[in-house]
Amino acid sequence: MSGPNTDFDPVEVTPLKSEEVEAARDAAVAAIEAATDLEQLKAARLEHAGDRSALALANREIGALPPQARKEAGKRIGQARGAVNQALARRQQVLEAEHEERMLVEETVDVTLPTDRLPVGARHPVTTGSELIADIFVAMGWEIAEGPVLEAEWLNFDALNLGPDHPARTMQDTFWADPADHGVVLRTHTSPVQARSMLTRTPPIYIACPGRVFRTDEYDATHSPVFHQVEGLAIDEGITMAHLKGTLDHLVSSLFGAGISTRFRPSYFPFTEPSAEMDMVCFVCRGTGLATGDDGAADAASCRTCRGEGWIELGGCGVVNPRVLTACGIDAERYTGFAFGFGIDRMLMFRHGIEDLRALFEGDVRFTTAFGSEI
Amino acid sequence: MKAPVSWIRELVDLPADVTTDDLTARLTALGLKLEAVERAGAGITGPLVVGRVLTMEPEPQKNGKTINWCTVDVGDANGTGEPQGIVCGAHNFAPGDLVVTVLPGGVLPGDFRISARKTYGHVSAGMICSSSELGLGEEHDGIIVLPADAGEPGDDVFDLLGLREEVIEFEINPDRAYALSLRGIAREAALAYDLPYVDPAERDVPPADDHGHPVVVDDAAGCPLFVARTVNGFDATAPTPDWMVRRLQQAGMRSISLGVDVTNYVMLELGQPLHAYDGDTLDGAIRVRRAEPGERITTLDDTDRELSPEDLLITDATGPIGIAGVMGGARTEMSASTTHVVVESAHFDATSVFRSGKRHRISSEAGKRNERGVDPRLPEVAADRAVELLTALGGGRADTGVTVVGQAPAPAVVHARADLPARVTGMPISAETTVAHLRAVGCTVEVDGEVLTVTAPTWRPDVTDPFDLVEEVARIVGYDEVPSVLPTEAAGRGLTREQRLRRRVGRVLAGAGCVEAISFPFVGEATFDALGLPAEDPLRRTVRLANPISSEEPAYTTTLLPGLLRAAARNRGRGAAGVALFETGTVAFPVDGGPAPIYGVEQRPSDAELQALLDAIPRQPQHLSVVLAGERERAGWWGEGRDAGWADALAVLRRVATELGIGLEVAAATRMPWHPGRCAEVAVGDGDDRVVVGHAGELHPRVCKAFDLPARSAAVEVDLDALLRHAVDVVPGPVVSGFPLAKEDVALVVAESVTAADVEAALVAGAGELLESIRLFDVYRSEQLGEGRKSLAFALRLRAPDRTLTDDEIVAARQSAVDAAVELTGAVQRV
Repeated sequence: MSGPNTDFDPVEVTPLKSEEVEAARDAAVAAIEAATDLEQLKAARLEHAGDRSALALANREIGALPPQARKEAGKRIGQARGAVNQALARRQQVLEAEHEERMLVEETVDVTLPTDRLPVGARHPVTTGSELIADIFVAMGWEIAEGPVLEAEWLNFDALNLGPDHPARTMQDTFWADPADHGVVLRTHTSPVQARSMLTRTPPIYIACPGRVFRTDEYDATHSPVFHQVEGLAIDEGITMAHLKGTLDHLVSSLFGAGISTRFRPSYFPFTEPSAEMDMVCFVCRGTGLATGDDGAADAASCRTCRGEGWIELGGCGVVNPRVLTACGIDAERYTGFAFGFGIDRMLMFRHGIEDLRALFEGDVRFTTAFGSEI
Repeated sequence: MKAPVSWIRELVDLPADVTTDDLTARLTALGLKLEAVERAGAGITGPLVVGRVLTMEPEPQKNGKTINWCTVDVGDANGTGEPQGIVCGAHNFAPGDLVVTVLPGGVLPGDFRISARKTYGHVSAGMICSSSELGLGEEHDGIIVLPADAGEPGDDVFDLLGLREEVIEFEINPDRAYALSLRGIAREAALAYDLPYVDPAERDVPPADDHGHPVVVDDAAGCPLFVARTVNGFDATAPTPDWMVRRLQQAGMRSISLGVDVTNYVMLELGQPLHAYDGDTLDGAIRVRRAEPGERITTLDDTDRELSPEDLLITDATGPIGIAGVMGGARTEMSASTTHVVVESAHFDATSVFRSGKRHRISSEAGKRNERGVDPRLPEVAADRAVELLTALGGGRADTGVTVVGQAPAPAVVHARADLPARVTGMPISAETTVAHLRAVGCTVEVDGEVLTVTAPTWRPDVTDPFDLVEEVARIVGYDEVPSVLPTEAAGRGLTREQRLRRRVGRVLAGAGCVEAISFPFVGEATFDALGLPAEDPLRRTVRLANPISSEEPAYTTTLLPGLLRAAARNRGRGAAGVALFETGTVAFPVDGGPAPIYGVEQRPSDAELQALLDAIPRQPQHLSVVLAGERERAGWWGEGRDAGWADALAVLRRVATELGIGLEVAAATRMPWHPGRCAEVAVGDGDDRVVVGHAGELHPRVCKAFDLPARSAAVEVDLDALLRHAVDVVPGPVVSGFPLAKEDVALVVAESVTAADVEAALVAGAGELLESIRLFDVYRSEQLGEGRKSLAFALRLRAPDRTLTDDEIVAARQSAVDAAVELTGAVQRV
C-alpha cells in the first residue's frame, strides 16, 4: 500500500493494478465471511470498507490517473467495492438473524410467573344482581324507580292499605325513627317507592324498584335486619293477573334459563287483591325434586336447591288493591295494576349456592371478587 | 293452626283414598298454606298390641330399684297364644289392666328395635309402653293403662292411640281467620273436593230468656254480642276423655281440666273463643266496659297488669274478671271444686282485642282468633255446644237461663259486575261460574243483569270489596289457570342519567382495584369517637332509631366510613396484606320540623300535603366512600410492593372524576378522621355552582389505631349525588391535532407554602391556548434551594390545531407561562 499519489506522472499506480484490487477484494470478502458476530463484522467493515480501507484508498488514486485510464480503474474498483458491500450485506443479514435467534432464546422467561402486581376490584353481587334484574325490566320498556330508606310511615304503610292496626306496624317488625310517633320508619319494603310513583305520575306506569329494606329480624344464616328487595308495579288500562304471570315468567326465564316458569298460590297481602305467593320451577332439578349426581344422572336423593320440592318460593304478588290506587290518586275504575316483590339476597343465595346470607354483608374481598363486575 | 286429618274427615266425608299429600296440595291451591304434616306414629312399626297383665311379681334389685316381672296375655299376637314374659320398671298398673305392649320385632321412635333380651335374670320378650316411648308426649308418669273396654288382648293399638294420625299444620293468612277452626278447614276441604258440607255451626239453640246470668254491655261497639250460659252440678274433677285430650294435644294445646278443655275444644272445632267462669266466684252481673284509669287485673297467667282506659274489660261488681277476648282473670278461674260454671261466648271488636293484646303483650289462642275476626253468628252456637259437652262429660245439667245481649253485626253487602273476575284475572270466567263459586264459598248472590249483589258469609268479615270477590272466584277456578301474557304497552326511557352514572362509578372503582362492600348503616357515639370527630361535628347529628338492633348503635349513619373501616380491618384480620374497599349508599341527616303527617287513604293527599310529608323525612344523600389499607401494589419477582397512602385515595377519586368528566378542585383541609397534614378537601363546579363534595387523604394515625388498621391507611368520602350533578352531560368532541408536539420542561422554585395546584394554575393561565397539557413530574428539595423552598418541575406540551409551531411561538408561550408563575406564586425559574 502507498500513500496518496502526489505526482502526476502517468505511470501505473500499484494499488490500481488489477491483481492488487482483486487481492484487496478477496481479503475483504474473506474477512467478512470470517466474521462470526456483528462485532467482528463491524471491525471487518471498518478495515475493508471504511475510509481507510485499501479499496477506499485505491479509489482516491483514480483521480491521479490519466483520463484514459480512469474509466478502466474506476470500473475495476467499483466492481470490487460492490462485491465487498454485497458480502457485507449478506453477512450482516446472516449474523443479524443468528443474533436475533440467540437473543430470543436468551430472553426466554418463565411465563408461569405470577402477574398479580395490581389489585383486582369487583362490584358487590347485590349491586350487579339488582342491575341484572333492572336490565331485564328496562328491556321490557319498564323504568327503574328509587326512593329514600328512611320513609314516611304513611307511604310505607297507610297508602298501601296497611292500616294503623296492621301487625306489621309493631315495633317487633319495623324500625322506627325516634320518636316513634313522628311518622318515619326505615322502609320495610320498597313498596313506598311504588306509592311515590303512583302519587307523582300518571298511568301507564311500569316500574321496578330494587333497593335496601329493613326489618327487625335476627341476624343469622338466612335472616338479616338489612336486606334487599326488588318490587315491580304495572298500572295501565286492562292490566290483569295474566300480565303479572307473563311478566314473572319472562323474568325468571331471563334470570334462570328458558323453560323456567312460575306458579301462583293464593295468599294475602294488604296491598294486593287477589294476592298470590309465587314459586318458580327449581332451575337445578327443573322441577323433578331429585338431586343430580356428578354424572348428570338423577339419583334418589332430594335436590338441595329446592329441598326436593321441585319449586322455589320466590315472593309475593297480586293485583293492586283498588284502595291503594285510590289513596295514591289513580282512577281505580279506569286502571288496574299488578305488583310483585322478592328478595334479591335470597335470590342470589339460591342462584349462586351461597350458604350463609351474612357473606353478603361482611365485605370479605375473597367472597366479592369471585363475582367480578357483572353477574 | 294444627288440624288432625281424622277430625277433618269427621266433618267432611272425604273419599277414603284421598291421601294427606293430596289434601294439603288441594288446600294449598285454595289458599291454606301448608306449614308441616306431623305423623304421630312416625317411626313405630308393629307388633304393637293390647295386652292384659296376668301376673306381676315385684323383684327388688341391688341398685335399689324394684322391677316387675310380668306375664302378659297378648292373644295370638305372639304366634303362640302363650303369655308373654316382660320385665317392666313402672308400677302404675295392676294385674288385670290392659296395657300397650310392643313385641319383639317392633320398632319404637328413635329406631329403638325391640327384641327378646336377657335382663334382671329374666328373658324379657317385649316392652310395656309409656306415652313418651311412643312419642305421644309426656303427660303421664308410668305406662299407659288403657280403659277396660279398650279392646281384647292381641288387638292392634295403632288406631286406638291415634298412631296412624296425621296432623296438618297450616299457616293461616289474615283473610282466612275462619280457617283457625276445624269448621273452617273442613269447609275448604269440602270445597277442594266439591263435596257437600254440613256446617257444625248449624245447630238449634235455645232461645234467649231473662233468667240466665245477668249481663250488661256498656260498650256495644266493643262487644256487639254477649252470650252467657250456665251449667250447674258440674264435676270439675271428672277426667277429660282420651279422645278429647288427644285432639287438644294434636292441635298443640295442653289438657288442663275438663271445664277448660271443653272451651278449648269448642274453640278448635268452631272457631269461637269461650271462657268458663266459676259461677260461685262471680260477684253479681257481668258488665262489659272500658277500664277505669289505674284499674288492675291478675290474668290467668298469674301476671298482675295495669289496665289502660282503652282496654275492653269483662267485670263483675268486684272488678275486672277478664281482658275482653284476650285472657280471663285469675279471681274467677275454675278450680277443682267448681260446680257452677258460667260460659261466656261473645263477639268482640277485632281492633280492640288486637290493641289490648299488643299493649299487654299477650298472645293467646283466643286473642289470635278474636283479633282476626270471628264469625259473629257463633256465640250462641258455641255456648250451646260447650254446655252440651260440659253436661255430657262433667255430669251437670244445663241451666234453662240463656243470656243474649246485643246482636251479631250484619255481614257486608258487596256490589260487583259479574265480569269483574274475568277482567281482573285474565281468565275466561263466565258470569255463571262467578255466581256458582261465590255461592260455593258461602256468599248469598243476587243477580240483576250484569250486576251482582253479594252478601258475604258471616264467617268472612274480610270480604268487603269487589276485588275480594275476585280472589274467591279465582282461587276456586285455580291460580294455575291464569294465562301467561306479557304486557305490551310499556314505553320506558331506559335508565336515568343518575342510574347510568352510578354504574359507571362502580365499574371505574372496580377497575381501579377496589372491591365493593355493603355495611349495616347503624352507628353510635363510640363510632364517632373512634373517628375522632369533635363534639360539635355535624356528623354526630343523627337520625336515631326508637328500637335499634343494638343500643350501642342506635342511629342511622351519617358517614359510610365506619362500616368500610371495619370491613377493611376484618379483611386484614383474615390475612389480606392489602385491601381496597368502596361503598355507595345512603346516609341520613335529620331535618328540622314536626312529625311526618298521617293522612287518610280515601283520596290522594293534595300536592301541598304530599310536599309536607316529603319535607318531614330526613335528608338522605347517596355517599361514596373508599378505604385503602396496607399493600396497594404487591411485592413480587418484579420488585418491591407499595403500601397505600394519601395519594392513592386522591388517585381513586380522580379516576372517578375523570370518568364523569368532572374537574376536581383540590385544597388542603383539616378534618377528622383524616391526618391534618394529609387531607384534601375536594370541590367541584364554579362560582355559585361550586360545592365541596367531600374529602380524601390519609387517615389520622389515631383513627387507624382505633380501627386496627395499618398506619397510612387512606380514605375518601364524597357526596355522590353532588358529584353526579356535575358530571358532564354530553361530551363535546375534542379536536385532536396531528401537528408536531413541542415539549417544554420548566423547573420553578417556590416557597413550601405554595401548592403544586397554584403553580400549575399559573402556568396554565400564562401559557395560553397553545398549551395542550401540563404535568408535574418532579418535586425537589436541597440545601442549595434553601430552607422552606422546593423546586417543582413541569412538562408542558404545546401544540396548535392548525399548524406547526415556530420556535418563536414556543419560546413565547413558555416564557409567558413562567412569567405568570413568577408573578402569581413568587416562583423563581431554576436554571
